[in-house]
Amino acid sequence: MNLIIVGLNHRTAPVDIREKLSFPVDSIGEALKKLVTNYGINEGVILSTCNRVEVAGIAPSIEKGVWEIKRFLSEYHNIPLEDLDEHLYAHTGEDAVRHIFRVSAGLDSMCLGEPQILGQVKDAYSYAVHNNTAGAVVNKLFHKTFSVAKRVRTETRIGASAVSISYVAVELARKIFGDLTGKSVMLIGAGEMAELAAKHLLNSGVKDIVVTNRTFERAVELAREFNGRPVVFREFEHHLKDVDIVIASTGSPTFVIKPEHVIGVMKERRHRPMFFIDISVPRNIDPSVNNIDNAYVYDIDSLQGVVEANIKERSKEAEEAEAIVGSEIETFYRWVKSLDVVPTIIALQRTFEEVRKAELEKAVQMMPNLSEEDRKTLETMTQSIVKKLLHNPVTHLKKESNKVDGDFFIDASRKLFDLKIEEPVKKAEGGEE
Amino acid sequence: MLKTFFYITAFLYLASTLAYIAYLVSRRDALLNAGKYVAIAGFVAHTLTILVRWAEGGRFPATNLHEVMSFFAWLSVGIFMVFLYRYGMAVLGLFVAPFALFLVVTASFLPGEIVPLSPLFKSWWLPVHVTLAILGNAFFALASAFGAMYLIQERHLKNRKFNGLYFILPSLDVLDELNYRCLTYGFPLLTLGIITGAIWSEYTFGTYWMWKHRQVGSLVTWLLYAALLHGRLTTDWRGRKAARYSVIAFCVLLAFSLIIYVLLGEGHGLLKLDGG
Repeated sequence: MNLIIVGLNHRTAPVDIREKLSFPVDSIGEALKKLVTNYGINEGVILSTCNRVEVAGIAPSIEKGVWEIKRFLSEYHNIPLEDLDEHLYAHTGEDAVRHIFRVSAGLDSMCLGEPQILGQVKDAYSYAVHNNTAGAVVNKLFHKTFSVAKRVRTETRIGASAVSISYVAVELARKIFGDLTGKSVMLIGAGEMAELAAKHLLNSGVKDIVVTNRTFERAVELAREFNGRPVVFREFEHHLKDVDIVIASTGSPTFVIKPEHVIGVMKERRHRPMFFIDISVPRNIDPSVNNIDNAYVYDIDSLQGVVEANIKERSKEAEEAEAIVGSEIETFYRWVKSLDVVPTIIALQRTFEEVRKAELEKAVQMMPNLSEEDRKTLETMTQSIVKKLLHNPVTHLKKESNKVDGDFFIDASRKLFDLKIEEPVKKAEGGEE
Repeated sequence: MLKTFFYITAFLYLASTLAYIAYLVSRRDALLNAGKYVAIAGFVAHTLTILVRWAEGGRFPATNLHEVMSFFAWLSVGIFMVFLYRYGMAVLGLFVAPFALFLVVTASFLPGEIVPLSPLFKSWWLPVHVTLAILGNAFFALASAFGAMYLIQERHLKNRKFNGLYFILPSLDVLDELNYRCLTYGFPLLTLGIITGAIWSEYTFGTYWMWKHRQVGSLVTWLLYAALLHGRLTTDWRGRKAARYSVIAFCVLLAFSLIIYVLLGEGHGLLKLDGG
């Protein structure tokens, strides 16, 4: 039983290859069935996103398994393997476990630590479950994967900091105001990025939004879109004292908000903090507003600076995430290795034999007048009971272990009889959580 | 045994402080957690130290300067533990652990033997007065820690430099709020501490107030914090101003205490008949 992953991603293949190899959602079921019936793969999962296509499978032999999955990809998509091979990577065994853990935790993503991939991996697994191509190993592997991804997310801050300008605005607002519930925002002007930032703020609990624009109709329009309140551009200064966050994005060549405005506004607000986001070029907010107590001004460059700092922070967190992945692989892989049928059968026989011997010993001690011959008869009888009892389970174990859910039988036997698998694999239960 | 416990406590606070400093340098989360857990261990050891002292001396263990310092450190760390439990705020230890270490080390240089107490002082006013007053001061210590955290985080946001603590410090609003809350707990406690002290003084010496350095010191502290609270409540001091004030006020408090107790030597006679 060997775990194999063959696939390609944004680093190994250009988009035109990735497109050709992708599996539309409604064809995955059929593809999975082909994979297990025609290519000798025992369990299979197909993950197909815009940045990666990967096929995970359990196969009786590594070399053959890798080859068969490649053949499957080539034949299914009708692309000659020669054109494909240079873009494909193959991970097997422990490497494959590491790969799937890393992918799910977002460590292999284009945007480090992004959370969507976990949902995509979950979908891929559920397709396999629905199409009966997920057996004991895949089940265990994916449940473990989800718990590793969760651990990475809770124990590191890999996904904690924003890496796009509009989200950075929300993050900074949170660092200033804490909870954004009940806060209000003013949008001066319009523009894609400014509107996006306003939208994110509203989604984060900001209560109301005041919209102003040199063209009043445009303000009304935007206000309707955001469920806010339009105000006339000439009068926006009077409303400044009521808002906590100001997003400026106008085409004005001069400063729209100057320090002398803000000083007065601050007094009226009893010095509650204000956050100014200046997305316009040339700038609309005088940078010296930042020198006023409790006023924070960010222009487009400083927002970009935050994005860069956050990206750096993520790669630092990624190191810690890798360490978590490393420690989890070992426990999982120990369990995988223990899924060999032979040690299970040996353990099963040993367990039965131990019970037989112990019980026989007890019985003999209670019958002190037993002749040597009677003793032998008892011995033979108990031996044949054990042999007969074990005959069917052992035969079935051997037979089933070569099938799709063979590992299920092995796992079940180990649990039912509480088997301790000894050498060559120690700590057979190490994979349990 | 008492000494052993005391040194274990000091050692754990030192280890916690070092872990926090190492965190600042390397930014490995494991170190932040180490600092936190070692501080918890330090608090447990400290609690045992105080209990053992209480048992051995047969009286409330805050009667000489050594004990008071140690008690002050214990209460400060205790409040930190509450914040840790309620908000999981491990980063607070960055300020509290070195502070506790400082107090415990200072205490270790002061005579720590348990000396018999004059029967005059055997009154339940003593533990009440001492606990209230020190608890008030401990809250001021925490207020200054939140103030310092505010100033650091504010610097990050104003100067747009994002490193180290920016990512783990809470928001300005939360820091301002916690700073304020510590003041609103600390101030009434100190007030009650002063009142119970006066009552005890009257009960023991027949006079409410004797203008001892120590009493003057606590009066100055009280006035400082009364001004800060007044500022916060009426004239909208908030954010940076309040944070800076609470850091300065606490430094003044600390400097005053050290001058009065250690340099003027009043502490050695904390509970002598000639002084109170």
